[in-house]
Amino acid sequence: MRVGLLGRKVGMTQIYQEGGTVVPVTVVECGPCTVLQVRTLEQDGYHALQLGFDDKKRKNARQSERGHARKVDTEPKRFVREVRQDGPTDIAAGQTLTVQLFGEVGRVDVIGTSKGRGYAGVIKRHGFRGLRASHGVKRMHRHPGSSGPSADPARTQKGIRKPGHFGHAQVTVRNIEVVRVDAENNLLLLRGAVPGPNGGYITVRQTNKV
Amino acid sequence: MQNRLMDLVEKSTLKGSVPSFEIGDTVDVHVRILEGDKERIQIYNGVVIARSGAGPREMFVVRRIVQGEGVERKFPLHSPRIADIVVKRSGRVRRAKLYYLRSRSGKAVRLKERYAPTASAEAKTAKAERKAARAASRKAAKEKAATEG
Repeated sequence: MRVGLLGRKVGMTQIYQEGGTVVPVTVVECGPCTVLQVRTLEQDGYHALQLGFDDKKRKNARQSERGHARKVDTEPKRFVREVRQDGPTDIAAGQTLTVQLFGEVGRVDVIGTSKGRGYAGVIKRHGFRGLRASHGVKRMHRHPGSSGPSADPARTQKGIRKPGHFGHAQVTVRNIEVVRVDAENNLLLLRGAVPGPNGGYITVRQTNKV
Repeated sequence: MQNRLMDLVEKSTLKGSVPSFEIGDTVDVHVRILEGDKERIQIYNGVVIARSGAGPREMFVVRRIVQGEGVERKFPLHSPRIADIVVKRSGRVRRAKLYYLRSRSGKAVRLKERYAPTASAEAKTAKAERKAARAASRKAAKEKAATEG
């Protein structure tokens, strides 16, 4: 089985390891997740587990969501995602998965939605350097400069990096080390940063990086 | 909710009890050092000139003079490498950061010693209280005499 769970980013802090090394960690409240549905090759064309995390009030859920949850005798969920599997697993719909699954998993991938930065210029969005602060630059300090040659080809090439909406997009960070699994409090400590704001929903799965 | 989980994680990495010391104290910091695979404890002695941060990030700075040269070392308070902190002497200081010691040398670096309230200090306050009580009773007697007379 490929291990995967849904969770919520709590925040970052640092912890000491035995030798006195400080490790920067992200605290993730991971699970418990309910298996809402099992996707199989015969029925759906692929194998996966559909997981749900964090209960939603019934009155706020759509009729279809309520029906879907009722099938496995649970509450409608706020965050529903699938975790792909290589083949059939012995996990049935309605089962609850906890963070203990990650006990044996050393490294994980985290999929989240990055912090939204709105309509951003090229310096923030693409790391351009802008123009000079002085020496005759007139109110163009954060501009991109030229976007290509002039008479030939007389148009801007496709794919030139421009200002635009930045952030609030799905981001996957692969190969993150699991520092600690706290089964009692459903917490997962991951080394370094994960995408998204504190309180944002994320998917944590066993890494597929070899 | 979120903070509760954060606290849980941070508490787990804190030391159960941290020796209490103040800014201006002269302390011995017992630092664990790994030499090959043997561990020994080295003592770093100096004046605590600053404390900063909170929770697992709390740090303190110890300043000492080595061969006429000022040396400062910043320690993470909750690091397992810090075996112990022993207060040798308490200095009387009036600020939280003693960076002004950096521009001083020789005798000017010394701090006045701060003593815990001692027996003589207690006796002094007790005496002042007795005096006040006596004065009050005298005043009361005087007023009584005035009203009767």
